[in-house]
Amino acid sequence: MAALTEDMKNRIRAFLPKYPRKQAATLPALHLVHDELRTVSNEAIVEIAEILELHPSEVQDTMTFYAFYKGEGEKNGKTRLWVCRGLACMLRGAYELIEHCEHKLGVKCGQTTTDGTITLEFAECIGACDGAPACLKEDVHVMNVTPERADALITELKLK
Amino acid sequence: MPYEPILLARINKPNSGKLEGYRADGGYATFERALKELQPAQVTTQVKDSGLRGRGGAGFPTGLKWTFLPQNHPGPIYLCVNADESEPCTYNNRILMEKDPHQVIEGIMLSCYAIKSKCAYFYVRYEYGDSFRSMQSAVDELYAAKLLGKNILGSGFDLDIVVHRGAGAYICGEETGLIESLEGKRAWPRIKPPFPAVEGAFRKPTIVNNVETMACVTQIMKRGNEWFKSLGVPPDPKNPRDAGSYGPKLYTLAGHVEKPICVELPMGVTIRELVEKHGGGVWKGRKAKAVNPGGLSMGFVDVNAPLKGEDGKTEYDIPLDFNGPGRVQCLGLGTAAVTVIDDQTSMVDVLHNVCQFFSHESCGQCTPCREGTGWMLKIVDRLRRGQGRKEDLDILVDVADRIGIMPGTTICGLSDGAGWPVKTAIRKFRAEFEAAIKSGAKSQYARSLEVVGAH
Repeated sequence: MAALTEDMKNRIRAFLPKYPRKQAATLPALHLVHDELRTVSNEAIVEIAEILELHPSEVQDTMTFYAFYKGEGEKNGKTRLWVCRGLACMLRGAYELIEHCEHKLGVKCGQTTTDGTITLEFAECIGACDGAPACLKEDVHVMNVTPERADALITELKLK
Repeated sequence: MPYEPILLARINKPNSGKLEGYRADGGYATFERALKELQPAQVTTQVKDSGLRGRGGAGFPTGLKWTFLPQNHPGPIYLCVNADESEPCTYNNRILMEKDPHQVIEGIMLSCYAIKSKCAYFYVRYEYGDSFRSMQSAVDELYAAKLLGKNILGSGFDLDIVVHRGAGAYICGEETGLIESLEGKRAWPRIKPPFPAVEGAFRKPTIVNNVETMACVTQIMKRGNEWFKSLGVPPDPKNPRDAGSYGPKLYTLAGHVEKPICVELPMGVTIRELVEKHGGGVWKGRKAKAVNPGGLSMGFVDVNAPLKGEDGKTEYDIPLDFNGPGRVQCLGLGTAAVTVIDDQTSMVDVLHNVCQFFSHESCGQCTPCREGTGWMLKIVDRLRRGQGRKEDLDILVDVADRIGIMPGTTICGLSDGAGWPVKTAIRKFRAEFEAAIKSGAKSQYARSLEVVGAH
């Protein structure tokens, strides 16, 4: 069975006219697949490579540079929750916040809760320093996260 | 008279991100006038004469960079806008993209007209989801209004803007790393020369400019060079190589300040004024100990260290223009993102955080950087655990001095930026580090995070 639906493949093909070379659509294609399937499996890499007229190893080579993507055998939960540990956040309690979230969720950074709802991560500076300590919910900033706000956020994400 | 913001003038208006709102404030009239009345070379000349220097960190004169493109090139020529703002504690570009995307885009359009580019790639970091969406919807509005695409306003000028998302790697802010990443490869910076202006994206001549630089281009073309040069600091007459620090600048405040905000001021405000007047002072009524004046790579300022030859002034009083931080051994102005560290904070913990960042974000291409940042982290981690050795401080400074493009051991400047905070922290706060080694005290954070491998 194919990893990507025909619709996903068409949306990847739609990226191609924006760039003079097909390879440039690698990151957009990886994002598309990763956002929807929560991982980019080896099979998905092969199918992306086919569309971009690359060898699968070229797509793999690029993908593995960006620790952002989860590959074969790894999978993000429904929501990926990043806690920033940059200096601005650290000065305002980020380390305590990371520890708090790890305890609350019963996982370490990089792991997913057993119910599959939340993947906890630490992030290097996410540029939300005016709301430090800050989190990133998928790709949306959550500012001024106190332990209480983190608890509320986690409850909300668990119910989603 | 308080300074009236120009770059941030629209950010609190309702609908500030929409084309309609921007048009109502006279938006795109400057671009339309340039299309009708100016030759591309005239736009380049005006930007060059304005004295605008790039806002991304290095401060290279923008117009001069444009003139490095080959003459009469058949094309294509590309503009890459660097919106990968990942320098820790920096968020000024984010404010512009989220709240006033059209001001940035008008600058992109003017710049593309000047450099005869028909295609701009807007590379925005993945973590800026809201910025991505506001930029993309602004671009969509412009296509619908026929201000982007083929034959804009019947002038014969074509322009496409593609918003492209990164994937969480700091190195993509280095211009050739950005280009490699845009091309769909590992973001390994390229050896220069050739510089991107000669051979950049897709092996074509390419200009890489920062988001705030683009907003400045809009205002320069709208208000003229006299306005731009009426703000900031003129070149030092004693230094023939100084290009001056003209214009407004977005400063961001973070860390231990009462109000962590982004403010626009004429270039050259002092750290003291910025923190005390605009940031509401140091939080919790404490005193500042150290300040990072422009993103972590720039190093640290010792708030209490007297400034040589200036009675009663300290490093806290240096002006934040392109020359100021260099006077106190910092790397430069950087992104003008000011982070305050209060007197209750351990510099060992701060330095550990810094080393942790650079070790995580080194792309691994050059051995001195990959290994150097890793070993600096391991040594600082040892200090943090109370197991520091007397020689550690000298080893740290030695490593920091040997990695980077300045000593000539790496391809890009990441490790210059990794070394600078280490050197400045240890040189300026040596007594604190020595005391930490002597006492063997363990940091309160020593166990909370594990050392994580390279990026």
